[in-house]
Amino acid sequence: MKSARRDRIGPVAAAVAAGTLVAFLGLPIAALVIRVPPGDLLRRLADPVLLDALRLSLLTSIAATAVVAVLGLPVAWLLATRDFPGKRLLEVLIDLPMVLPPTVAGVGLLMAFGRNGLAGGALGTMGLSIPFTTLAVVVAQVFVAAPFFISATRAGLSEVDPRYLDAAATLRASPTRTLLRVMLPLALPSLVAGAAMTWARALGEFGATITFAGNMPGVTQTMPLAVYIALQSDLDASVAMSVLLLALSLGVLFAIRIAAPGVSPLSRRARPARS
Amino acid sequence: MTRLGTVSLFVLCTLLASPAGGQDAAPPGRITVFAAASLSDAFRELAQGEPVRFNFAGSQQLALQLEQGARADVFASSDQRWMDYVLEKKLAGGEPRVFAHNVLVVIVPKTNPGRIHRLEDLAKRGVKLVVGAEAVPVGKYTREAIENLANQPGFPLEYSSKVLGNVVSQEENVKSVVAKVQLGEADAGFVYWSDVTREVSRYLTVLEIPKDANVLASYPIVVVAGGDTAAARSFVDRVTGAEGKRVLAKHGLIPAGSTP
Repeated sequence: MKSARRDRIGPVAAAVAAGTLVAFLGLPIAALVIRVPPGDLLRRLADPVLLDALRLSLLTSIAATAVVAVLGLPVAWLLATRDFPGKRLLEVLIDLPMVLPPTVAGVGLLMAFGRNGLAGGALGTMGLSIPFTTLAVVVAQVFVAAPFFISATRAGLSEVDPRYLDAAATLRASPTRTLLRVMLPLALPSLVAGAAMTWARALGEFGATITFAGNMPGVTQTMPLAVYIALQSDLDASVAMSVLLLALSLGVLFAIRIAAPGVSPLSRRARPARS
Repeated sequence: MTRLGTVSLFVLCTLLASPAGGQDAAPPGRITVFAAASLSDAFRELAQGEPVRFNFAGSQQLALQLEQGARADVFASSDQRWMDYVLEKKLAGGEPRVFAHNVLVVIVPKTNPGRIHRLEDLAKRGVKLVVGAEAVPVGKYTREAIENLANQPGFPLEYSSKVLGNVVSQEENVKSVVAKVQLGEADAGFVYWSDVTREVSRYLTVLEIPKDANVLASYPIVVVAGGDTAAARSFVDRVTGAEGKRVLAKHGLIPAGSTP
């Protein structure tokens, strides 16, 4: 009897905690959605400020994701398949932007790529001045969002069953061919999930952007910046844009769940990740 | 264990929820002042040694924070618009008083990357100009000053649209404008005369705006409704009194009542 009662405490406590958390996470979302009547929301979606910000946000976040994928894939492959001196250091460096306050990232970017920054002189001789441009927005997004793609891709690549790699080696496939024809197809769901997370993080970037790229409608004012600036003059416009961003974020999460449910069936039989 | 957890969670929440990290425990007479970013140096000196806590930000932000229930005893705005907003929301506990004025200047980095020597140069193609956003008082004053300059004799045709076309960033408070110019990332910026403090003046060159094209920013101050009124009133009195006038003038502001 006593033990039966004790058995019930766990699930009840878990249910109470889960209920509290759901209410806590759900309430702000509900508050945003309730605040704007659907008709009003649709009308506000045609607001040129919102359209400019949305266009800029989509353009920059997609560009940032592409850059991250191109530069990040080789790094993820290196980390998943090779041991080399300084590997730990590289791992920490790659993970750092995930925990670094974005405003710090923005100040760092200014000090590095600003006109008077460490690399600013070299960029200047090439006729490039990055701050206050759309390029600066992409640079900030790449900086903060790259870790998401690299860590997901790395995990996916290292979960590929080594027997497939051995088989590929027996057939004398080059490492590049093995990567492209064996590892990538097997790790594709992880890659897609990583790219989606990177895109979502880039889409939500605020602190590094306003610090490094400034705030200019049509040039550097992305959706999160527009939400923040509108909050100081037009609360309803700010809420409408927030709802749109909320819908985009939810869409990404559901798309990941549907497009990449867990990992591919082949790698499920894989042994624990090699490192 | 569960009860201990609940109790400590409750205690933690109580501690975190008390305004500004435990204001209840503060000695009586301690006040919180919400003031426009451009007042930061003058107000800090005025309150030296006093139990005053400051929140410096763009006036528009402070007004919104007050509206959302932030606790404060005094509010000092850098324009009438946001003071009116606070009055309209019935957040003021008395009549606001204008205690200071300010004028605008254009700042340029000492290195002068945009080669700006006169105000006319701001209309040159490719100049990177940084201003306050429209909602920020300094942003509104800046747009007025640019309009005024455009009507001055000798200024190029379509001056104001050319200058506004050179804006590369609209910052959320005046100190961010100073920072972007001080770093040399922007070629020029519109700020208050009082923002050219001793710390930043060695990085900057100042271009003065002629008096008949300049704007006169007005700073109203008020005791916030429900604020600690005795201590709050004494702070407002100090700001508007002789000592306040001296300190405000020292930091580049124009005390109310004196001729600008």
